[in-house]
Amino acid sequence: METLGSLADGFVIALTWQNLLLALLGCFLGTMMGALPGLGPSNGVAILIPLAFTLGLGATPALILLTSVYYGAMYGGRISSILLNIPGDEPAMMTCLDGYPMAKAGRAGEALALSGIASFVGAFLATWGLILLAPQLVKIALLFGPAEYFALFTLAFATLGGVASTNQAKTAIAAALGIGLATVGVDTQTGVPRFTFGEVHLYDGIDFLVAIVGLFALSEVFLFLEHRHGDADAAGHKVSVGRMMPSWSLIKYCTPTMLRTSFLGFIAGVLPGAGASLGSFISYTMEKKLVDKDGTFGTGDPRGVAAPEAGNNAAAGGALVPMLALGVPGSGTTAVLLAVLLALNITPGPLLFTQQPDVVWGLIAALFIANFMLLAMNIPMIGLFTRVLLIPPRILMPIVAMVSFVGIYGISGSSFDLLVMIGFGVMGWILRKLDIPLVPIILGTLLGNSMENNLRRAITIDNGNWWTLVDSPLSLTLWALAIIGFVLPIIFGRVLKARMKHMKRDEEGSTID
Amino acid sequence: MSDRIFGVVGLLLALGYAWAALTIEESFLSDAVGPKAFPLIIAAVLGLASIAVIAKPDAAPEWPSLMRFLEVGAAIVVMILYAIFLPELGFVIATALAATYLTWRLGTRPISSVVSGCLTSAGIYAVFHLVLGLSLAKGPLGF
Repeated sequence: METLGSLADGFVIALTWQNLLLALLGCFLGTMMGALPGLGPSNGVAILIPLAFTLGLGATPALILLTSVYYGAMYGGRISSILLNIPGDEPAMMTCLDGYPMAKAGRAGEALALSGIASFVGAFLATWGLILLAPQLVKIALLFGPAEYFALFTLAFATLGGVASTNQAKTAIAAALGIGLATVGVDTQTGVPRFTFGEVHLYDGIDFLVAIVGLFALSEVFLFLEHRHGDADAAGHKVSVGRMMPSWSLIKYCTPTMLRTSFLGFIAGVLPGAGASLGSFISYTMEKKLVDKDGTFGTGDPRGVAAPEAGNNAAAGGALVPMLALGVPGSGTTAVLLAVLLALNITPGPLLFTQQPDVVWGLIAALFIANFMLLAMNIPMIGLFTRVLLIPPRILMPIVAMVSFVGIYGISGSSFDLLVMIGFGVMGWILRKLDIPLVPIILGTLLGNSMENNLRRAITIDNGNWWTLVDSPLSLTLWALAIIGFVLPIIFGRVLKARMKHMKRDEEGSTID
Repeated sequence: MSDRIFGVVGLLLALGYAWAALTIEESFLSDAVGPKAFPLIIAAVLGLASIAVIAKPDAAPEWPSLMRFLEVGAAIVVMILYAIFLPELGFVIATALAATYLTWRLGTRPISSVVSGCLTSAGIYAVFHLVLGLSLAKGPLGF
């Protein structure tokens, strides 16, 4: 009951004209960014963060704008999967498998509408999951001391590579690079400068917003330049949508699938190291095992469209749980959202729920509102978004680059920050070529300082005794999970990744035939 | 091979970072851990992971040809020039030039690129400065 009361308060906060308008704008931009191959949820949110700032939005409105973008991008990813067989973002990969065959059979409109409904169901249920689960997690988190927090951060980094990671050494390198970057600047506890090499600009440390925009947005521009991939993928395709509304019987037919996969996706989102891509993968494979008796999956079965979409949107909602309740994000985009919170001077974690409930519940109410807006936007207005696919990257990418520059320059007005951002862009490009994940770098720059502070606090409290780190059952559990999470992918990662690739290739083979 | 080189770079970085950590001047007021310990742990992680990559590298990525490398290099130079000259030229002119260059290099015909670059610049100026009131770099002409 208490929860419902808080939720009602949240709606009061979220239902102002300004917030509704921001949610609408965020949903629209998000769907567009999700639809465009090359711009995913993390880049999308990354580009918009500096803008949300320079516009001087308060904490709740800024969060509403950016989480609407996040949810919107999750909806948008499916559009190009279905119409072009090119996933708009990574989690939408599995939607290609049945979505594209449906489109080829002239049922593109049905596939889009059905996947829109599936996305809605997934996200809607996951938001309820967030409401129910986050306060419980907060109760556990209130038991955490500095030693447990240090173990929790380690757990986050150890599992960040994900279950499908192929090379854990590279994840570790990325995390160490990120944390290393965070240590640049004046040490918060003793006041001595570290790794600044006498450069005054570095005394404040490296601004993580600069790092994020450089790594995510600019490196994408360099990738497009490298391949001179300037023409729209949709050029030459005939994008016809066909009948828009799926029949009730079709929706009813897919409902059990949507409910099951929403649940599964939500769990995958909450668990560290899984995230939306894995959520949609698990959902699809489970559903295939469970209901595919006639072998229709992969040939345009509507349930094969509903399953991954409900799964990945539910995972997106689930990923917000650890981010809000513990302050430790489990996926790339939630890491970027954490950057938003930190930049707004909000520290997520258990105290957020007790001290700034208006932010939390306003945000959750906004998620519900955004979800309804997205459903409304994604079914009747889908034609608009399919046209977005015709914008060629040679026009789009320069805009992305220039908007990134505007955002960063708007915050600080300094050319030095722009140069640092270019540096990060180049670094991001090289690291991507080498298959080094960028998310641990971002998370490292975000969490490095509080990780170190918790370590030092824990040991100082215990008079310099390092064994205090493994002194409580709670921290021992977290350490054990961290070690398992790091070692497990070394054993299973290759198999799982190979299977994901294999499935995709099978599909491509069969569509060419 | 690429991975091995990267591993060596990582290892050197770890050593450099550890050395820089050891030379941090400690303040007389310090906590039990001090400012050096955590960076040293991170240096150790970076070093060990780099050694692992050297020992067991992945297959080399597909590096672009020399021409494509120069392409990316040139784009980087243009962006650096943009960052430096932005306060001098003002937002609209600098952005139009940079956007034109990028659009052209991504394969648009020169005249269309100029049009697209100018439109991009004017569009961003209109949305972010005139509508949203963001302060952008003012050039000699006031925009």
